[in-house]
Amino acid sequence: MTDLAVDVGRCLLANPVMPASGTFSEALADAIDLDRLGALVAKTVMPEKRAGNALPRVAETPMGMLNSIGIPCKGPEAFVQHTIPAFKRYRPPFVASISAGTVRGFADLAAQVVAGGADVVEANISCPNLEADGHAFAVSPKATARVVQALRAATDAPLWAKLSPNAPNIAEVAMAAEAAGADAVVVANTILGMAIDVERRRTRLGAGMGGLSGPAIKPIVLRMTYQCVRAVRIPVIGCGGIATAADALEFLIAGARAVQVGTATFRHPTTMIRILDDLDAWCRERGIARITDVIGTLEPFETPQLEAAEDLAAE
Amino acid sequence: MLHQEPLPSTHDASIGRRVGEHLCVVRSNSAVNADYRLMRLSAPAGALAAEPGQFFHILCPATADGTPFLRRPMSVYHVDVAGEAIGFLYKVHGAGTRVLDALQPGATLDVLGPLGRGFTLDAAWRRIVLVGRGVGLATLAPLAVRAAAAGVGVTAVLSVRRPDLVMSVDLLSRCGADVHVVHDADGSSDVAAVGRLITQLLDQHPADAVFTCGSSRLLTLLQGIAKARGLYGEVALEQQMACGLSMCFCCVRAFKVGDEVEHRRVCWEGPVFDLQEALP
Repeated sequence: MTDLAVDVGRCLLANPVMPASGTFSEALADAIDLDRLGALVAKTVMPEKRAGNALPRVAETPMGMLNSIGIPCKGPEAFVQHTIPAFKRYRPPFVASISAGTVRGFADLAAQVVAGGADVVEANISCPNLEADGHAFAVSPKATARVVQALRAATDAPLWAKLSPNAPNIAEVAMAAEAAGADAVVVANTILGMAIDVERRRTRLGAGMGGLSGPAIKPIVLRMTYQCVRAVRIPVIGCGGIATAADALEFLIAGARAVQVGTATFRHPTTMIRILDDLDAWCRERGIARITDVIGTLEPFETPQLEAAEDLAAE
Repeated sequence: MLHQEPLPSTHDASIGRRVGEHLCVVRSNSAVNADYRLMRLSAPAGALAAEPGQFFHILCPATADGTPFLRRPMSVYHVDVAGEAIGFLYKVHGAGTRVLDALQPGATLDVLGPLGRGFTLDAAWRRIVLVGRGVGLATLAPLAVRAAAAGVGVTAVLSVRRPDLVMSVDLLSRCGADVHVVHDADGSSDVAAVGRLITQLLDQHPADAVFTCGSSRLLTLLQGIAKARGLYGEVALEQQMACGLSMCFCCVRAFKVGDEVEHRRVCWEGPVFDLQEALP
């Protein structure tokens, strides 16, 4: 067996594979053994009860899907009373994904979920910032710094900031999160997109626009993960279109400490277990004892002929 | 059966779990009438545990025209435990079902399930009434089979656009069901006419519970009749789904609970719900 353990900041995980927020619930225990996962990540909780967006909430696209679920949520009390205990029955650390429209809302909610037993706080900062004309916190390094600072002051628990691929420069946002005290960044949330039913001349999502996920976005998010890895010292968790061990390895080689699997679980609920088994087999076949020996091992591209040609030209 | 047929199996990671990712083998896939097709699959043990009203989430294979990205939910039409087979009745109306339509015997199909909460059946009941419209009949048919096996009488009202599109009459008759077909061509499927028919049937053969699927107008009608007579009732609902396992919250519908309106997931709290709480 390969040693799959990785540390994500102060958090030691048995392996680098965990679900992405919003694509996971305790019900997945009906299909797989949750104790095999690196961590358990709940759907985002917000300070107020919310019904969610108008239907339809999903639309399939080539190799992906759009969603505009709108974070339906029963509020922090129900989360602390029911959701946290349900997940704490399992071995892996429990990651509470939180979101709010204000900096204060984020900070209070973080304190609440940590007091309730959450092992890690993942700040979903892709939601609209009500104090900044509804622009998502995560599109601006300044707004990200403000919210992460407040979260850092509110809790000593490990704090992960989930960044948005819709930011103009995601590496700058990652640096702002690091400077403000985040233990890790998750790269990234869904990419804003849209689809239209041409016969009905209506958007395919009730909310008009929504987040694109699935294999279609993997190359974009892999690039962003690599950019963030180069920009910060804190761990980067890759999340975007990962469906196979080969996908996960791409992110790990690019320097991600761990990966989150989301939409792939909708197609195959066994995806995360398959990835773990295949990661182990891949490492064993190559005599790699520890998965950490794979992380950040991207080789520079060698172009000997080109270099030789340059040498000749220089002479 | 073909000797070369691949054996159905369950993905290792989900063996022994309530919900399995099963690889089933198509035994037959043919038209039952102008609108509907019946697909029978060889299925492993985990899939044969399906209860009437539960569904499977089917991964439509890739074709030259593309890959339907999301699975398609389909209620189980029949479960043949001895014959190790499950069956689905479906209508071709989109990218997913077009792919299913083209599947030949021997093809394998990734089928996730059984999923959701099925129908209630109390063996102490004397009779139940089933009221289905269109493909809703496919969802109700296995309940009739289960009721007959439990010695519970069945009255079935089948509503269709045209008489030639009716399904399951033979199956229901074999179960000893009292079957009544209504259709649009002669107006017998008008809500008022169906209401009179059900009232008359209930007067003749009193029932303990009513079940419906396939029409929100029939749902509203049956809610009224069941309420007036104090009958227990359930409705099987449909909704577009992504995960099928309660995780994504895309398949919610509204329900009336006391004075509150509550959203519930068709895949998880359903697809079978209390008749009176469902909002059409």
